[in-house]
Amino acid sequence: MRALMMLAALLIAAPAAAGEQDIVLREGQGRDLVAANCQICHSLDYIQINSPFLDQKKWEATVTKMIERYGAPIDPANMPAIVSYLSTNYGSKGTP
Amino acid sequence: MLSRRQLLRSARDGTLVFGSAALGSYLGLPRSSWAEAMAPVTPGVSAGTEASARLVALPGKVPLIKLTYRPPNFETPLKYFNDVLTPNDAFFVRFHLAVIPEVAVATWKLSVKGDAVTSAAEYTLDELKTGFEQVEIVAVNQCSGNRRGLARPHVPGIQWGYGAMGNARWKGVRLKDVLDKAGVKDDAVEVGFDGADHALIGQTPDFVKSIPIWRALDENTLLAWDMNGEPLPHWNGFPLRLVVPGWTGTYWIKLLTSIEVRSKPLNEFWMTSAYRLPKGIFPVVRGFTSQATDINTPITEIVTNSLITNLVDGDKVAAGRSLEVKGIAWDGGFGIDTVEASVDAGQSWRPAALGEDLGRFSFRPWSYQFVPEAGTHVVMVKATNRLGQSQPREAIPNPAGYHHNPVQTISIVAA
Repeated sequence: MRALMMLAALLIAAPAAAGEQDIVLREGQGRDLVAANCQICHSLDYIQINSPFLDQKKWEATVTKMIERYGAPIDPANMPAIVSYLSTNYGSKGTP
Repeated sequence: MLSRRQLLRSARDGTLVFGSAALGSYLGLPRSSWAEAMAPVTPGVSAGTEASARLVALPGKVPLIKLTYRPPNFETPLKYFNDVLTPNDAFFVRFHLAVIPEVAVATWKLSVKGDAVTSAAEYTLDELKTGFEQVEIVAVNQCSGNRRGLARPHVPGIQWGYGAMGNARWKGVRLKDVLDKAGVKDDAVEVGFDGADHALIGQTPDFVKSIPIWRALDENTLLAWDMNGEPLPHWNGFPLRLVVPGWTGTYWIKLLTSIEVRSKPLNEFWMTSAYRLPKGIFPVVRGFTSQATDINTPITEIVTNSLITNLVDGDKVAAGRSLEVKGIAWDGGFGIDTVEASVDAGQSWRPAALGEDLGRFSFRPWSYQFVPEAGTHVVMVKATNRLGQSQPREAIPNPAGYHHNPVQTISIVAA
């Protein structure tokens, strides 16, 4: 139990949770930019589970929500590349 | 034993994962919990969820269905719902914000304050335990977005299947008793709650919630430190959490640190923008009027629901032999009245036998027996509570995919 507590304290102190380093996003233009911006606040499996059912407009709305509601420090200049990566690699491509 | 440096390095290299052999060995966990496996996700969740969900054990937990690592969102596999009380180490984990401190009881304090109390107070855990009458209640803790992953069309959010819920025996003190001691003024409208968890960056709204004063003074609303006879697990709110039986989990603030009795509604993101439903689409006996607008209202009462726990869609069973279909039913705390099963795709319904009654806020077990002939059988189940609230045939669409409670339908094959 003591080992568990020590380990938990250690992991919580770290910005990343154990295990999330194993998440591999799909190859594609903008992947590094997406990884760098999104994992400031959360692990990248948030992207994986929310796929593939959001079209470009809905991915844009999602990223906008992250900025406006959750205060994500994303440079507006990077928005188009981020949305393009997400909708190309994790989007619905027009299928509802 | 691995050193701290080795642990950090292997974490960075990606060789350390919950569920890995190295960590399993380090923690002395049984081998069965090491192997990373594809998770038994609920049929109908998104393809991306099916592909990325894993069975992963957080420290102190059995392997649960990992949807997201950080903040941690882990759901309970179906098999654990065959027990009416959900084991602590299998109880689901849901956090909005990534920083979840290990609380030391020696320094932890609960503050009771606000412009609508006459005397603010602070309590240690021991002072709470000895200063007020201790009470117990069995109650379902269900995430508002449980089964969101089954919404059609899919809606963004944590893509939960069946398991963002659990049923436990909570022990603590009545919030009412603590508030009475502080002296609630006549102009109190809401009570706000904050926990020790917080965001990684300051711009993210802190997770704070409020409930109406009448709900805070309800004798069933507790400040609980004990769950199924043990201290709350860290992941479920140690050392103290709010328990609001009948209402969805969003109000059950974990790692509770402050209680604020307010003369004005709490005007924060998690109240005014999140966890809201279009007005009038779900039944509500007593609403949250101080937070309602003309168009929407906070989610509150859990809707009537049921779940088959021993069979899943596509299961093969023996033809010509008695088959038990079993499961659980629950509602917003009015109590389950009947559970009915159909084994002919809804053409005819028969009552299921209700099991042990642990109170109106608890899961209610049920079972139904029939002898399937060879072939495919469409099995359905629906619950009705004592107010006559039942389950719709189709889910009621809403933007965030809350309150998913359509009649469950599975096909089984007897041979």
